[in-house]
Amino acid sequence: MSEGLTKKFMFVNRKAPYGTVYALEALEVVLISAAFDQDVSLAFVDDGVYQLVKGQDTKAAGMKNFSPTYRALEGYDIEKLYVERESLESRGLAEAELLVDVQVLGAAEMAALMDEQDVLLSF
Amino acid sequence: MLHIVNKSPAERTALASCLAHARAGHALILIEDAVYAATKGGAAALAAAPAGLAVYVLAPDLQARGLAGKLADGVTAVDYKGFVDLAAAQPRVQSWL
Repeated sequence: MSEGLTKKFMFVNRKAPYGTVYALEALEVVLISAAFDQDVSLAFVDDGVYQLVKGQDTKAAGMKNFSPTYRALEGYDIEKLYVERESLESRGLAEAELLVDVQVLGAAEMAALMDEQDVLLSF
Repeated sequence: MLHIVNKSPAERTALASCLAHARAGHALILIEDAVYAATKGGAAALAAAPAGLAVYVLAPDLQARGLAGKLADGVTAVDYKGFVDLAAAQPRVQSWL
């Protein structure tokens, strides 16, 4: 695909993992988007920050643990992961408790970043 | 940006999160169960709206819920065609699930 057709896609994740299928579905679409050489970023806001918590162990719950996939995104050149500071703080979470390197942004910075996108996809 | 919210503010945080990320010059349309935030009794949910955010409600969804006569001040009711016009007038759309 030519450079001229590259668009800025942001996937906005606002839901916790496992309780609904949104988080897993978002990852699937993100991986598909990587195949199209687009400028992809992921935002984690509200309960979406729970998707990135370290130490997820789904064995006893009998579900697929898809959290290692976030660490694999780098291999698909998806390196722009943004986490909202207010969402972490209101949930008692620190950046060090996340399973992948992210950029922590305040809500106003996140809003500005959203405003720069060509396409926003919500999950 | 046109923000679309379709959940009641009493049930989900979608509207609150939307308002925290909306900016001047943006538009917001409340559809489906989000129309309760566009009524006189429910508009407290819009208190955090940033200055310069234009707020709309989808009239058919308001009418379906029996609330057409209770439109909150500052909210503009539009029909489906108006919804399309709003989307076409903004450079991008964000749905808050």
